[in-house]
Amino acid sequence: MLEAIGVDSVDALFEQIPEPLRLGRPLALPDGLSEAEVYERLSVLAERNADAEDQVCFVGAGMYDHYVPAIVDAITSRSEFLTPYTPYQPEISQGGLQVMFEFQTAMSELTGLPVSNAGLYEGPSSVASAGYLAMAATKRKRFVVSRGVHPHSRETLRTYSVGYGAEVVEVGLEGGLTDAAALADAVDGETAAVFLQSPNFLGAVEDVEALGAAAKEHGALLIVACDPMTLGILKPPGECGADIALGEGQPLGNRLDFGGPSFGFFCATEAQIRRMPGRIAGETEDVDGRRGFVLALQTREQHIRREKATNNICTAQALNALGAMVHLAWLGRQGFRELGELLVQRTAYARERLAAVDGVELLHEAPVAREFAVRLEAPVEKVLDRVAERGIAAGYPLAREYPEFEDGLLVAITERRTKAQIDELAQALEAAINAERGSFRTDDVQKEPQVGGAA
Amino acid sequence: MALTETPMQAEKAKTIFEKSKAGRRAAALPDVEVPEKPLAELIPENLLRAEAPRLPEIAEPEIVRHYNRLSRRNFDLDTGFYPLGSCTMKHNPRLNERVAALPGHARLHPAQDPRRAQGALELMWLLQESLSEICGLPHVSLQPSAGSHGELAGLLLTRAYHADRGEQRTKVLAPDTSHGTNPASVTMAGYEVVKVATNERGGVEMDDLRAKLAENEGEVACLMLTNPNTLGVFDENIAEIASLIHEAGGTLYYDGANLNAVMGHSRPGDMGFDIVHVNLHKSFSQPHGGGGPGAGPIAVSDRIEPYLPKPQVVRREGSNGHGPSFDLDFDRPKSIGRLRGFQGNFGVFVRSYAYILSLGGDGLSEASETAVLNANYLKARLAEGKSGERLPIAFDRHCMHEFVLSGKPMKRDLGLATLDLAKRLLDFGFHPPTVYFPLLVDEALMVEPTETETKESLDAFAEAVEKILTEAETNPDLAKNAPYTTPVRRLDEVRATRRPVVRQQLG
Repeated sequence: MLEAIGVDSVDALFEQIPEPLRLGRPLALPDGLSEAEVYERLSVLAERNADAEDQVCFVGAGMYDHYVPAIVDAITSRSEFLTPYTPYQPEISQGGLQVMFEFQTAMSELTGLPVSNAGLYEGPSSVASAGYLAMAATKRKRFVVSRGVHPHSRETLRTYSVGYGAEVVEVGLEGGLTDAAALADAVDGETAAVFLQSPNFLGAVEDVEALGAAAKEHGALLIVACDPMTLGILKPPGECGADIALGEGQPLGNRLDFGGPSFGFFCATEAQIRRMPGRIAGETEDVDGRRGFVLALQTREQHIRREKATNNICTAQALNALGAMVHLAWLGRQGFRELGELLVQRTAYARERLAAVDGVELLHEAPVAREFAVRLEAPVEKVLDRVAERGIAAGYPLAREYPEFEDGLLVAITERRTKAQIDELAQALEAAINAERGSFRTDDVQKEPQVGGAA
Repeated sequence: MALTETPMQAEKAKTIFEKSKAGRRAAALPDVEVPEKPLAELIPENLLRAEAPRLPEIAEPEIVRHYNRLSRRNFDLDTGFYPLGSCTMKHNPRLNERVAALPGHARLHPAQDPRRAQGALELMWLLQESLSEICGLPHVSLQPSAGSHGELAGLLLTRAYHADRGEQRTKVLAPDTSHGTNPASVTMAGYEVVKVATNERGGVEMDDLRAKLAENEGEVACLMLTNPNTLGVFDENIAEIASLIHEAGGTLYYDGANLNAVMGHSRPGDMGFDIVHVNLHKSFSQPHGGGGPGAGPIAVSDRIEPYLPKPQVVRREGSNGHGPSFDLDFDRPKSIGRLRGFQGNFGVFVRSYAYILSLGGDGLSEASETAVLNANYLKARLAEGKSGERLPIAFDRHCMHEFVLSGKPMKRDLGLATLDLAKRLLDFGFHPPTVYFPLLVDEALMVEPTETETKESLDAFAEAVEKILTEAETNPDLAKNAPYTTPVRRLDEVRATRRPVVRQQLG
């Protein structure tokens, strides 16, 4: 090979790098390992995590421990889906392109909006991309965002907004739901978009249609984040006046993976189709009249439009979207609805069961679908530690992002959380809260026995 | 050529929705188990959906068949040579899939308390350390989800850096050869793009760079560069470029799409770059998945570190005989904030860290050597014979891991456009190179073979190109009407944009 190139050594090819810029030493990384050794090394690391097989997982907050059917793994691990690049050559990418088309059809059907893209990175950055779209659509630079929108989404929107120069205004919650009066006050003729989430971060199902009226009145876009697993039961955003419906796709066919990779879905009205971010597959024909699929509307995209592109994204999370499509096909029309009902029923049971525990009360009484918030009469982090000892991850402590709910705990239900596990959670919480209430006295006694006093 | 329809062509594409039959299903769900209440008692009627979404109704065997059939309508890296320039289509080791699927990784909730996710945080920290060493920059954030996301992060970091110094700058320089994501990211980050010309050796035109810096004095926030660039050549003036940008008060951004050329040989940090993004789905073997997922971690210099996204994975030294522990640091007052939910594409981190462990420092360095050797060998092969004549190299010098040919003489002499050659290659069982990029080369073909291809594959590709050019001398229509053997033939892409049909109408 060197002879064909006309050099004596591979080093000669690296001579185009100026000498002072050559590293001139080996990388300070360990030597390579055999496959068995790498497996061992990573297994040891994996063992040091408490995953949903070690702990019964009631944690949600945007990502959920759903059962991913075996068929999803079987299909997504096929080389033909796993190893190609983006379908730039449609003649040899019909499989992937058709999957995108099917996925778009499914997401469009779920959200009740006519146009879907083929997927974005994940949930919160999709929210930020919707903001960018809204600015282009309205030529305005102000966002009104409910505090019920996932804190990560709000924070990501703020990060992006510093770049594209938009202002973000937050509207608070009242009884677990977006404060309708405050929202109406916050929206004005300068507002590019109103952002809602339903169910919101506290699990409450919002009346999107009623809240969205303020956006309609002032010509702002209504952008609604939603949990796809609830869309068999809840009225789809498209029927509530949403211009854009989007969200985190993980509950559909994607494992937890400590947060990624997953995908974001993004659906919109026809009016926004040429402003959409991301890949979109479209149906067409080949020269012989055969049905086929291609990347449509590429003139929106960075590889064609460069600085005038509607977004800089050039991935569709295609493999993750495939997992979602297979999961949806597996659930099917009936199964998807049944799963939604199962979540609502078990969530209602769990909420009632926990509320009956001494030391636990509901944080809000708004309707919920698959997640709900409670208040604990003992320090949340300590209670979580105690419950963890019984092999349960009890939920998501709201204090991390909502200082106003310092005593709040968000509890999520999936079809994997059985009645027995819910009952066990209730008992564990009760015991932990009791122990925490008692521990104050016990600690006092242990620390200062000479005083001898119990409070 | 006989135009007999292949069996796959004869099979009309049907979507899974068209295969649906009312009443069929696959999933069996657990019993509800708890006492049930009427739905409308739990959620007000006006918030409920009237009718179940029209998802397909289909049994499991038919779902499996449907997607298996679709999979056969894809060409993939495991089937054949995929020399797509700038995409680094290297082999995806299956070990990486296995370790990513371990329950301790796959079923770990992202909101798990850091004390109970020590293995995951340690893995992230180890990957950060590895990327820091490879890039020659001290700090890493794994958060960005893709290269384009890393670019946006880099520009927002630049903005925060300048804002912290009381400066407001408005322009970002990028060469005319840059990836499309670069200018798109610049606009999203609220800057204006200023193009910089390319010189006769394929590098940045220094006089133009100086002129642009002078014209926009005090306004230039950043220069975004790929090195080796999209022409596959290393810019020898990089040290001078870095000092010009730094003197002008800007940051230097490295688009890491081409890092596979220089791992263990040269480091962006040592070249003077302040911010680098790394495409884990390119150099670090995460499978491309047909267009995602990937990840685009960034490595930065000390002066950029305070602004890194949060949370940041940190290692804390142990005390009282305890070992070190790992945590998520949210207390970063100057941070640009979050770029996404949770901590990033952890599954990708597992695969890439497994890849780094497998190869080791020497292995990574050798991977780059072989990538560069393979590219130069294929370039030499294509410089012979008819391809040498019709498809000359755009910049005649040794390349790094990829090179760019121009189809201009082929078009002039044979009437074949680069697109025709690409489509004819499909009939020979090859994925074509990247076409019509970079924009400054007429009828461009950008070829990146990667280190995981054998000499035999490279030879076979060169021979196929030679054959196509030979047949075109007598029958140019053969290529102009290609492909013939693929599941579908050339598709009407214009129609798909003018009158887009982007979902199936459901009855």
